[in-house]
Amino acid sequence: MKAKRPSFRAELERLEAIVRSLEDEDVDLDEALALFEEGVKRLKSARELLRGSELEVKRVLEAADGTIDTAGLDD
Amino acid sequence: MGGVDLFDQASVASPEGAWSVSEITRQARLLIESGLRSVWVRGEVTGLKAYSSGHWYFTLRDASAQVRCVMWRTDNRRLPGPPEDGTEVFVEARPTVWEERGEFRLTVKELIPTAAGGLWRLQLERARAALERDGLLDPARKRPLPAYPERLAVVTSPDGAALRDILSVLRRRWPAVEVLLVPSRVQGEGAEDELCAALALVNRLEGIDLAIVGRGGGSQEDLWAFNSERVARAVAAVTVPVISAVGHETDVALTDLVADLRAPTPSAAAEAAVPDLAAVRATVSQLARRLARTVTGQLMLAAQRLARTADRLATGIGRIATERRHRLEALAGRLESLSPLKVLARGYAVARDPADGTVLKRVAQLPPGTTFRLTVSDGDVDAQITGGQR
Repeated sequence: MKAKRPSFRAELERLEAIVRSLEDEDVDLDEALALFEEGVKRLKSARELLRGSELEVKRVLEAADGTIDTAGLDD
Repeated sequence: MGGVDLFDQASVASPEGAWSVSEITRQARLLIESGLRSVWVRGEVTGLKAYSSGHWYFTLRDASAQVRCVMWRTDNRRLPGPPEDGTEVFVEARPTVWEERGEFRLTVKELIPTAAGGLWRLQLERARAALERDGLLDPARKRPLPAYPERLAVVTSPDGAALRDILSVLRRRWPAVEVLLVPSRVQGEGAEDELCAALALVNRLEGIDLAIVGRGGGSQEDLWAFNSERVARAVAAVTVPVISAVGHETDVALTDLVADLRAPTPSAAAEAAVPDLAAVRATVSQLARRLARTVTGQLMLAAQRLARTADRLATGIGRIATERRHRLEALAGRLESLSPLKVLARGYAVARDPADGTVLKRVAQLPPGTTFRLTVSDGDVDAQITGGQR
């Protein structure tokens, strides 16, 4: 299995947290700017995840010795 | 006459050894009760009478035979009500002989209508009861589905319409998900074993956060594996939330009851499994707008603070300047009071050498005839010494 791509859920949750603290909390400007920058990065990453993907389908194969492998599914 | 040997008929083979009616009916009862314990019988109910005592008496029959039945109140009170005449049923019963009437009879312990499925129904009811006893049908067991699943296991046939339907919905709604197909036969010989193995395999896959198990519609026999108690238990044992989708809208399978969500079709399972891309895009855009607003807000706040600080700074500088001015004025006042001109105003005068301005303070500096300059309060005059020292 390939390296794990960033999790959309994680990106979205962090983004929500950032927006909330920028909206609700009395953060100082330095921190606010850092949060904003991070928020923009997360936003980009989340949008990337939404844009890029072709549905990836694999078929799970269990060998006789119990090891598990996956292969692309031709459909 | 004690200790009759049922298989030794010599003693009753002559009129001298004749049994009483009570004896023969009793022996028939013992013979039947020891030879036929609990059995399942299928037949049609007729002539049912429900007595006020709560006991039911009826006849079960088929095309060529009939048998009297009784179902005691303690056994029938679990049922919603007596079956109507003509209902085909399965009964679990113990055969006996009712001695008073010399009648062969079934004592019914369990009664299940065969309608909508016959044997299928019977087994389903038993499996369902077993699952219920173990708490597997408890609604509190049902887990919420993840909002944004990343790896989805699909247990179904690789060749079935169900897989095609699921994949096409996922492609449209949420292609960001990774699908792991765990192939299994879904009908026929071996389907139960394969489904159980595939479901167990799901628990060994890494990073799975949701599973769909199901198949497209079919006959009752086709869907049979999904009503197996074993398969249902395997569904209940999956460690991530499971959506069960078996057949068409109206088919409800045992796996549906133990799964965290029952979907009416495989397509519906896929719809339930993932969010809608368009809706999520809207959510993300909204977050983007909120983010932009917050930073604009932050910057405005900072600008306001800066302006306030500048004001305070200006005020501060102003105050310092005023203080300095006051001090200067005070000094000027003091300076003025020290000015010799003030002394002159009080009537004193200063004599000075007209050439170099030296103040002439002593008699010796002023011999008779000396000309000098005399400064009084409002100006200087030229003067001359006319006499000597007094």
